Amino acid sequence: MSFFSSTIATLALSVLVIISLAALFAPWISPQDPYDLMQLSIMDGELPPFSEGADGLIYIAGTDDQGRDVFSAILYGLRTSLSVGLISTSIALAFGLTMGLISGYFGGWVDAVIMRIVDLQLSFPAILVAMILLAVLGRGVDKVIFALIVVQWAYYTRTIRGTALVERAKEYSEAARCLALSNVRILFVHLLPNCLPPLIVIAILQIGHAIALEAALSFLGLGVPLTEPSLGLLISNGQEYMLSGHYWLTVFPGVALLATMVAINLVGDQLRDVLNPRLRA
Amino acid sequence: MISYLVNRVAQSLFVVLAMSIIVFAGLYIIGDPVQVLVSPEATPEEIMQIRQRLGLDQPLVTQYFRFVTAAASGDLGNSFVYNESAITVILRHFPATLELALTAMVISILLGIPLGVWAGLRSETWSAKTIMAASTVGASLPTFWVGLILIMCFAVYLGWLPASGRGETRSVFGVDLSILTLDGLSHILLPALNLALFKISLVIRLARAGTREIVGQEFIKFARATGQSPARVIFGHLLKNIMIPIVTVLGLEFGSVLAFSVVTERVFSWPGMGNLLVRSLFLLDRPIVVAYLMFTVVIFVVINFFVDLIYTFLDPRIRFAGKAA
Repeated sequence: MSFFSSTIATLALSVLVIISLAALFAPWISPQDPYDLMQLSIMDGELPPFSEGADGLIYIAGTDDQGRDVFSAILYGLRTSLSVGLISTSIALAFGLTMGLISGYFGGWVDAVIMRIVDLQLSFPAILVAMILLAVLGRGVDKVIFALIVVQWAYYTRTIRGTALVERAKEYSEAARCLALSNVRILFVHLLPNCLPPLIVIAILQIGHAIALEAALSFLGLGVPLTEPSLGLLISNGQEYMLSGHYWLTVFPGVALLATMVAINLVGDQLRDVLNPRLRA
Repeated sequence: MISYLVNRVAQSLFVVLAMSIIVFAGLYIIGDPVQVLVSPEATPEEIMQIRQRLGLDQPLVTQYFRFVTAAASGDLGNSFVYNESAITVILRHFPATLELALTAMVISILLGIPLGVWAGLRSETWSAKTIMAASTVGASLPTFWVGLILIMCFAVYLGWLPASGRGETRSVFGVDLSILTLDGLSHILLPALNLALFKISLVIRLARAGTREIVGQEFIKFARATGQSPARVIFGHLLKNIMIPIVTVLGLEFGSVLAFSVVTERVFSWPGMGNLLVRSLFLLDRPIVVAYLMFTVVIFVVINFFVDLIYTFLDPRIRFAGKAA
């Protein structure tokens, strides 16, 4: 079964690639720098989508009360949202992976301690843990990333521990131990590559969860600061204008968020099916 | 069994204690609540007096021990803003949150089960495929954004339902409830639907999987063979059997509904605990934040305790593992 055998998954992957590229090249492709006050014209404030500004620029997604192009703000917001999701998931994956390998490989009291912490962590909903942390730490991109790492690592640790237990008993790792290779070398050179495939799928789906969680936290005012708004904060800022009918400030950032999450989930689901050995037969 | 229980209770208490240290020490770092409380013209002497009155001039460790000993007797300090016991303020806001969460659970069952059973019985039809596709999208929708869209559609453009607040409430045993008045019902509908969204997708999946598994079994075939009407087979035999796992999973998910209600309450200005928490965070009302967090931690520790207990009864392996150790 190939990844591209599903039309929907292929479509989702291309949407995801376009979104990622748009976020990556936001400073070069967006019509204006939404956070450079010199480029904003207050005369263009609160324009509905597809209006023409004073200097001939067409605002395809409208503007906010300061004359900021919503489309540009979304591109910059995607940049923040995606990088927060990606960075936090990667660090959480690296940390969780190491803990899981150690736990599964060494067993004994090390395993018991690590797994107790994991149990404790997973018994509270992610949003609650993240809220407590951010209530304590205050808002900031680095703090959100830290909170998202804390709520994520335990998933990876639990998953990889199970795989590591199975792989440790196999002949190749016994052979590696007989050769008196160092523990570090056995863990990362021999065990890790064999434990990785199931984790990749979880990590991709987790990026989606991390982005959603960050959006919710930023919406509550606990996430990223006003100077680096993510999609969640854009939606939150647009909320107060919604009652006066300025729907574009809330709807368009939300559509961008929704498209990103649906695309990630579809790509993740398809990858899971492709990598699942039971479905491969 | 008893040693398992004792062990589990000790573990729960340890969690509560650890969380109290983290929460208390952490909150000490952010902001100075006195700056928010006093007027800008206050003299340094006045500020000093307020600090002394609130006990904020003591070292952190002393403050923590005073907090823990007071907390053990149910006193989590007085709110700086409301000027009354923080736990009283929290408990006053709790029924609204509980009502919202329970209503959301009921909605997810009422909508999720019929849709899921239908998708399971007619899995090849386009309607079933639409239901499943919708549940996939529903699971990836950002809840708070959907809430805003609901407000925009039903409150701003159509004007059918109110956008915020709890509406008229009726008091039952001293607890105000919205679901008992028509006005209250119209207020709770949108937020409860919003909070239920994710769980509806979950129930649809569970109901569909359960239906597909059970429909092929002997007793359903037998019930059909005896000439019972399809409705009787579904309501009398099928539903009874798929309900057990659904109710179990929803019970386990109740905690997360409570936690997620913070976002929904914020969107719909629902006067519950979550809304209170976010407001208190911005006002630097430290006792309320601490009381909220401790209250929630205790609720979760209690929920987890009972979940483990139920599992121990259901799954003998856990019981025996406890005995062997």
